Amino acid sequence: MSGLTYETVAMFAQQGGTLYFAAIFAAGVAYALWPKNGEAFRRASMLPLEKDEDDNVQA
Amino acid sequence: MNHSITEPDRAPLDAVLLYVLTGLLALGAIFATAFSDDRLFRFHGYLLIAAFTLAFALLTVAMSSGRLRSPPGRYADGVIRAGVIATMFWGVVGLLVGVVIAAQLAWPNLMYFPEHGWLNFGRLRPLHTSGVIFAFGGNALIATSFYVVQRTSKARLAGGVWPWFVFWGYQLFIVLAATGYLAGITQSREYAEPEWYVDLWLTVVWVAYLLVFLGTLWKRKEPHIYVANWFYLAFIVTIALLHVINNLAMPVGALHHRSYSLFAGVQDALTQWWYGHNAVGFFLTAGFLGMMYYFVPKRAERPVYSYRLSIVHFWSLIFIYIWAGPHHLHYTALPQWTQTLGMTFSIMLWMPSWGGMINGLMTLSGAWDKLRTDPVIRMMVVAIAFYGMSTFEGPLMSIRAVNSLSHYTDWTIGHVHSGALGWVGFISFGAMYCMVPWLWKKDRLYSNQLVEWHFWIATTGILLYICAMWVSGIMEGLMWREYTSQGFLANAFVETVAAKHVENVIRMVGGLMYLSGALIMSYNLWRTVRLPSPVSAATTPAPSLIPAE
Repeated sequence: MSGLTYETVAMFAQQGGTLYFAAIFAAGVAYALWPKNGEAFRRASMLPLEKDEDDNVQA
Repeated sequence: MNHSITEPDRAPLDAVLLYVLTGLLALGAIFATAFSDDRLFRFHGYLLIAAFTLAFALLTVAMSSGRLRSPPGRYADGVIRAGVIATMFWGVVGLLVGVVIAAQLAWPNLMYFPEHGWLNFGRLRPLHTSGVIFAFGGNALIATSFYVVQRTSKARLAGGVWPWFVFWGYQLFIVLAATGYLAGITQSREYAEPEWYVDLWLTVVWVAYLLVFLGTLWKRKEPHIYVANWFYLAFIVTIALLHVINNLAMPVGALHHRSYSLFAGVQDALTQWWYGHNAVGFFLTAGFLGMMYYFVPKRAERPVYSYRLSIVHFWSLIFIYIWAGPHHLHYTALPQWTQTLGMTFSIMLWMPSWGGMINGLMTLSGAWDKLRTDPVIRMMVVAIAFYGMSTFEGPLMSIRAVNSLSHYTDWTIGHVHSGALGWVGFISFGAMYCMVPWLWKKDRLYSNQLVEWHFWIATTGILLYICAMWVSGIMEGLMWREYTSQGFLANAFVETVAAKHVENVIRMVGGLMYLSGALIMSYNLWRTVRLPSPVSAATTPAPSLIPAE
């Protein structure tokens, strides 16, 4: 257990965590800004505007 | 009728499962109550016996009536209608208790009985907080999430009768929590006061909620999952995580109400505020943002201003919020670097919060005239404005130097209420005003004029509330740190309490106005439900069971 000190665990959590979260966040932003996704997002943004207050599930 | 598929004449499996579970729970409650020698545990035992045997009896009747079937061609709207009623009921109860405890703070002898603790401030206060957050807010979130996920997925709720289990199970949780607080059953963790057995019950209900939501997404007919559902899902998943970890505890006995936390000292405090602040972040923010991203575009008849921004809003909000909890523990035994971490992440939250606020407000672009003509959309826009204001104020208060003045004062109470009354309350009221005519098949609300009254009375009430709390908070903060020339504290604590009397009265008046608005709304919604239905909706044809190509 000599190698597994508080400092090594903390360093792994802090630096590894920073990279991990930065990478996921970058992936999220890339997904949001990816030009090819624009059409899907435009379609998705229209979803609430459909006349679907009726209780029949629309096909 | 062209029903080519005849359903077999037996109860669906999901209903049988629920029936068996309810029966077993009723038996378990009877035995637990019979063998317990803890008076308070038996008190809750009797409640559980009543709830489970009643549910078992009702299910027995329902199983034989064939009413538990779930036609896939119809949205499950009954459970949402029940959710709307529960939202308004608990909203009025929670606000009323809030007014009572505000009056107790202004006149401390009010309803104070030294021999009987049931109505003491200390017991009523969690009843108010849990009542408005979990009972009012929780029911609003469950009801709207069920509405939004069905419509944007074009699929009926998954799980057959289990959405009803989620609804009634959640009401049982509320009743257990509320009666427990009054009786003095509490584990003394803020916003997590219910004891271990109530926590276990909520865990079961919450997992069922998660499965119903995921199951509905799973069978969606729409390829893309609409962004509102992402916010709802983040809310459900994170609350499950927070709830389970913060409530890890060892009961004194299997049939005893009392338990002790598995954490101790500052770890316990940090776990509690990791929970506490993320209850704000994921219950009171993420869930209600889901509401915003559906109901504001729908009511404005405009798509959300930027769908791309909504995705960035989502990921940045959930990544940053989870770290902000330590700002509740400035100047405590918590290591300085952890406090700074909480403070830094709180300040970073300005960006996603304001990004989201701008996205919500700009959805109105090209439709700003609706602010004048439609009081419901005005209510939702004011909600978004309060969201922006309280999420500006929060990071400011998390700065250590500001916190040294604001912490433990009424400033915090004012901040919380600008978020709770302004943002959470108004966006929920807006969603309810939208949903009631849709769910009960009416072409309009009973009275727009009453919505106007609600809007103006409640808005004035909020302003009275938060301005009074700013004044009293900053005043008492300054009084606490005032020294005499000899270096003694200048004010006794009781003097700072006495100095706030006027502000406490103004706060109570503000709360009373907000409650009045909710009562006006309840009346308006009730009259809306009683309106005659338009002919077209009454003759909606039965759905075809043949799937579309």
